[in-house]
Amino acid sequence: MEKHNTKAWLYLLPAILFLGAFLVYPLIDVFIYSFEEGYNSASQTYFGVGGFNYSYVLHDPYFLQAVKNTFILVIITVPLSTGLALLISVGLSSIQKLRSLFQTVYFLPYVTNTLAVGLVFMVLFKKTAYTDGLANLVLQLFGAGPIDFIDGPYWAKMFVLCFYTIWVVMPFKILILTSALASVNQDYYNAARVDGTSKFRIFRKITLPMISPMLFYLVITGFIGAFKAYSDAVALFGTNLNAAEMNTIVGYVYDMLYGDSGGYPSYASSAAILLFAIVMTITCINLLVSRKHVHY
Amino acid sequence: MKVILQNLTKTFPPRGKKGAAPVTAVDNFTYEIPDGKLIGLLGPSGCGKSTTLSLICGLQKPTSGKIFFGEDDVTELPPENRGVGMVFQNYALYPHLTVLENIIFPLENLRGKEKMTKAEMTAKAKEIAALVQIDSLLDRKPSELSGGQQQRVAIARALVKVPRVLLLDEPLSNLDARLRLQTREEIRRIQRETGITTVFVTHDQDEAMSISDQIVVMKAGVIQQIGEPQEVYNNPANLFVAKFLGTPPINVFHGNVSGGKLYIGDAAVMQTKGVDDREVFIGIRPEGFIPTSEGALICAQKHMEVMGRDISIISTHPSCTAPTIRTIISAETDVNTLAETVRYALKPGKVFLFDRETEVRIPCNFV
Repeated sequence: MEKHNTKAWLYLLPAILFLGAFLVYPLIDVFIYSFEEGYNSASQTYFGVGGFNYSYVLHDPYFLQAVKNTFILVIITVPLSTGLALLISVGLSSIQKLRSLFQTVYFLPYVTNTLAVGLVFMVLFKKTAYTDGLANLVLQLFGAGPIDFIDGPYWAKMFVLCFYTIWVVMPFKILILTSALASVNQDYYNAARVDGTSKFRIFRKITLPMISPMLFYLVITGFIGAFKAYSDAVALFGTNLNAAEMNTIVGYVYDMLYGDSGGYPSYASSAAILLFAIVMTITCINLLVSRKHVHY
Repeated sequence: MKVILQNLTKTFPPRGKKGAAPVTAVDNFTYEIPDGKLIGLLGPSGCGKSTTLSLICGLQKPTSGKIFFGEDDVTELPPENRGVGMVFQNYALYPHLTVLENIIFPLENLRGKEKMTKAEMTAKAKEIAALVQIDSLLDRKPSELSGGQQQRVAIARALVKVPRVLLLDEPLSNLDARLRLQTREEIRRIQRETGITTVFVTHDQDEAMSISDQIVVMKAGVIQQIGEPQEVYNNPANLFVAKFLGTPPINVFHGNVSGGKLYIGDAAVMQTKGVDDREVFIGIRPEGFIPTSEGALICAQKHMEVMGRDISIISTHPSCTAPTIRTIISAETDVNTLAETVRYALKPGKVFLFDRETEVRIPCNFV
């Protein structure tokens, strides 16, 4: 028995070493940094230990802006992208012709580079000296004035960011949901049909519960992914996100480390720990809710 | 409610390669199912029996032909308007609902003046649950039930709306041997008590023979024979039916009729009447052999299997189409276990002649 144990640990050793060195150790380190005031990574010195870093970050208007942006992004994009993905998957699984074609079309954004997609969105939304952008041309058809989506008002920029995020995250969700739908045994639908169940009731009472584990998986990963959003904002609005009022929490952490105002690892660590706390709380709430609503 | 199937045909379009022929799953199926009877659709897999069930259910539309429930033409009706109850092979119980919720599910779909209150539905569901004897399991989820219990829940769900016709697709195939015996009697009892015309599909001839009022033997979409189980067993219409019914299976020999005598090899095993001289297949049921020292049919004895109630003698004969002949004789019979050969006389009622070409039964009298 003892011998088996040593063997087991030996097998686990590579994974434990890597995870420890590159995941657990940095996590603990970040936690420690976040309490060390005025830490300087070059001289490895700091003034003292305490909660000042948190207090600074929590009073920093840029951080508060980033938190607000992140929350808006999460609250809008997670339900919308999941809902839309569900609708599209249900549609996809009920058509016969051209199904593979549409599946490919919907999956394309997933294999497309984020920055390339950002560029396309620039063409769609950016106002330049020569053109107002495609989106504005469409708006003008309805008599609405040109709006600067990239450098304009806050809500217009937020709209583009949400639009972009939903567009980027949806393919994966569609992929997961179409396969979840396909794996529901056809006999359940046949049984429901024989019993005269309406389409809507079949969807609500059979389809949804059957795919609920997958839906829940998508919601949790969706929340976590949206909280960690950063590259999308950069792709649309460039690296100076604070000036564009479009920074996210991860963006704030990055700026604190390397940005124009960079060189503040302590503040960055505090912000990272705060993000960690938020994501953890939300995920726990998700798990609690799911226990009631996710079947088997 | 009698069910009339009129020239029912179902063809599926060819799939895959170009030029492939369409598949005819059910071919010109005509049968009037009598009211309140239990009917077994029997055949090897791929013979179209499940497709026939789907056609009656309405899950599939026939390519041609008509279906009547009583006087009503239901051919064009969707399943929900036909008043059928269906039990699927894997039961298709909704795993996220309790037993009670599963049984109530069809009732909750009722609209208009048929709409029931929650209390009425629960009362109705409990009544049906009592009929199939699962009333103590109502709060469980399907995953917490045994196979036999799940089966009963599925039957209860199919019965709760009081269907005009009850359809069962391979109802016993997911159960173990002991449970199968018990459940088939249970199905028989429930069918008797409710008096609902019931059609079930099976590939297991034991199952069909034991509980059906009538069996329909199918092969490649075509009806081979319809009749009461014992009648079909005693008077098979062709070699296929004879081979398909009965365990152990019938023994088939090459033989010929010549001058009023039936020959297997050189041995004249029986006197026949009313059959011209011709080549035939001879089918002999395992219980149709009588071991006796004067028997005309001489077989090389291989070994014996004693199974309490009776004895199986395994022997060989060059004219037999199968490698071995299996005969069943009563355990009281005195047989020499060490003998090299065994001689059999034949029981007239257990011997059938079939045309060598068409495999159709040749009517004949044995003397």
